[in-house]
Amino acid sequence: MTIVTFVKHVPDAEARLGRGPDGLDLGGASFALDGMDEYGVEQALRLREAGAASEVVALALGPARSEEALRSALALGADRAVLLETDAALDPIAQAPALAEVVREAGAKLVLVGGKQADWDSAALGPALAEALGWPLLDWATELAVEGDGIVAVHDVDDGSARWAAPLPAVVTAQQGLNEPRYPTLPNIMKAKRKPLERRPLAAASATVETIHVERPAHARRNVVLDGDVATAARELARRLRDEAKVL
Amino acid sequence: MVLIVLDHAAGTPRRTAFEGVRAGRRLAEALGVPLAGLVLGDADGAAAAATALAAFVPTVYRAADPALAAGGHEARTRAIVDVARSVGARVVLMAASRSGQAVAPRVALRFGGALLEDVTDVRVEAGAIVAERLTYLSRAVATVRALAEPVVVSVKPGAFAAAEASAAMGAVEDVTIAFEESDRVAQVEPAGRAARDRVALEEADVVVCGGRGLGDADAFEAHVVGLADDLGAAVASTRAVVDAGWRPYAEQVGQTGKSVAPKLYVGLGLSGAVQHLSGMNRSGVIVAVNKDPDAPIFKVADYGVVGDVREVVPALRAALAALD
Ligand SMILES: Cc1cc2nc3c(=O)[nH]c(=O)nc-3n(C[C@H](O)[C@H](O)[C@H](O)COP(=O)(O)OP(=O)(O)OC[C@H]3O[C@@H](n4cnc5c(N)ncnc54)[C@H](O)[C@@H]3O)c2cc1C
Repeated sequence: MTIVTFVKHVPDAEARLGRGPDGLDLGGASFALDGMDEYGVEQALRLREAGAASEVVALALGPARSEEALRSALALGADRAVLLETDAALDPIAQAPALAEVVREAGAKLVLVGGKQADWDSAALGPALAEALGWPLLDWATELAVEGDGIVAVHDVDDGSARWAAPLPAVVTAQQGLNEPRYPTLPNIMKAKRKPLERRPLAAASATVETIHVERPAHARRNVVLDGDVATAARELARRLRDEAKVL
Repeated sequence: MVLIVLDHAAGTPRRTAFEGVRAGRRLAEALGVPLAGLVLGDADGAAAAATALAAFVPTVYRAADPALAAGGHEARTRAIVDVARSVGARVVLMAASRSGQAVAPRVALRFGGALLEDVTDVRVEAGAIVAERLTYLSRAVATVRALAEPVVVSVKPGAFAAAEASAAMGAVEDVTIAFEESDRVAQVEPAGRAARDRVALEEADVVVCGGRGLGDADAFEAHVVGLADDLGAAVASTRAVVDAGWRPYAEQVGQTGKSVAPKLYVGLGLSGAVQHLSGMNRSGVIVAVNKDPDAPIFKVADYGVVGDVREVVPALRAALAALD
């Protein structure tokens, strides 16, 4: 069985986002493989190591620099990679059909993708991929195993967690708790440079959502630190919460 | 038509249903189209919820099927798309809850429209639907415009105030959904529910969150849960606390947890990592208690106390009790 694991190249969580003339300036940010997508890569590798899969394909869609995220996935252990290259800003609804095409072509039965990527804070890609493929979706998995020709999993729902079973093929979104991702070793980083990475221009896809403007909100916070001994500070805090902030 | 998917828990409307009504009314008015609600669930749940929600929208469509109670995304998607098509919806609105976030993209794609996801505001500008949403781990706000219709909008829980009931009682209409076999392939069974003995995290006006600085699970219980009880607040945790096994994942706030925007958020013994801030930085008033004056949480706090949580919290509880 082939598993396709989606990876996105996103600004580092600690990256400083600058203010530009028309909103946000990402010029100073460093980029990396998305943290949630990484849980998906790890799970794909574990399934392959357990004998449930024979091949792990890393798939990305985005500008040329996305190749770095794919190289990271290859260094972690993915077998090969495909980049659908585009400079267009496409929402997940617009991306899904093209990505689904690659999944079908690879003959994959399982797609793993992070629950929410840290650039657009969008949780839509997994569900949109499931729809484009016509497969069931298991979102926010914290446990995942292949049993026979289906998967069983535990995932988070609004009020707790639920056990879930479905036949393959399926799309699963990954998150914290699913596993502890490994670190790439130096020999594997070297090996990754020779693994196949196919770059294809993305065929025409049109956005369904357009971004008009992005800005960093300036939070107007009071930033008051209450001084004095613990009892005095606590009394002052209680008083201000009631009289100044009016939240009690 | 603007069609709002109205969520409920076993027949009791969730707060997000009333928030959805407020957002939906605004869009329906601006577009000059009628407004309706859609309630999904098993027979009993859907019946109770539809009756309760008829006071808020002119029409409630009620789809009852056991598959809709189990919470399967496939069945919910089918029901929403079926009803949206048959009523000619221009806008389908739902809460960006866990389930809504899984269903909304499927509805948008099947319906051939656009998705405005997890929005904190939505309005009509020059005939187009425009929304605001948080991006880059909630560190930036993007203004986005839908380029296709119909538009599926998922609304961030807590972003809109709950709507008031309408003057007139609405009508309830039953709808039958033509499910397909593929809608029922996934078997979902609840494995465990978070204890519901206190106010739900995303619906709480006050949230008390504890971090690793509490030291252990007992201290968390004594100070974080203790203060939350005094304030009638929901309890939240950082990932470090969940990883340590002190508290359940359902309480985690942040990028991989829940997103909250209470009127008051109290952060105790937590550093304020970016991934945590992304789940709470829209809170009204933020209070932080940390022994390290340089902890990043103080940068986003309205009020801070530098000190040991195990001393500050008992003093704060005493001070709150002494307020007249
Ligand atoms: C992909 C990804 C997703 C993540 N998602 C989340 C998420 O959803 N939610 C989340 O919370 N984190 C998340 N994290 C983790 C995040 O980066 C932090 O590691 C985490 O939030 C730290 O939790 P903490 O503040 O409790 O612990 P720490 O960072 O260890 O902070 C403990 C704080 O307590 C203070 N302290 C210690 N003792 C005392 C005392 N006696 N009195 C007062 N103060 C004291 C210390 O000064 C310190 O500031 C994620 C990380 C990644 C990589």
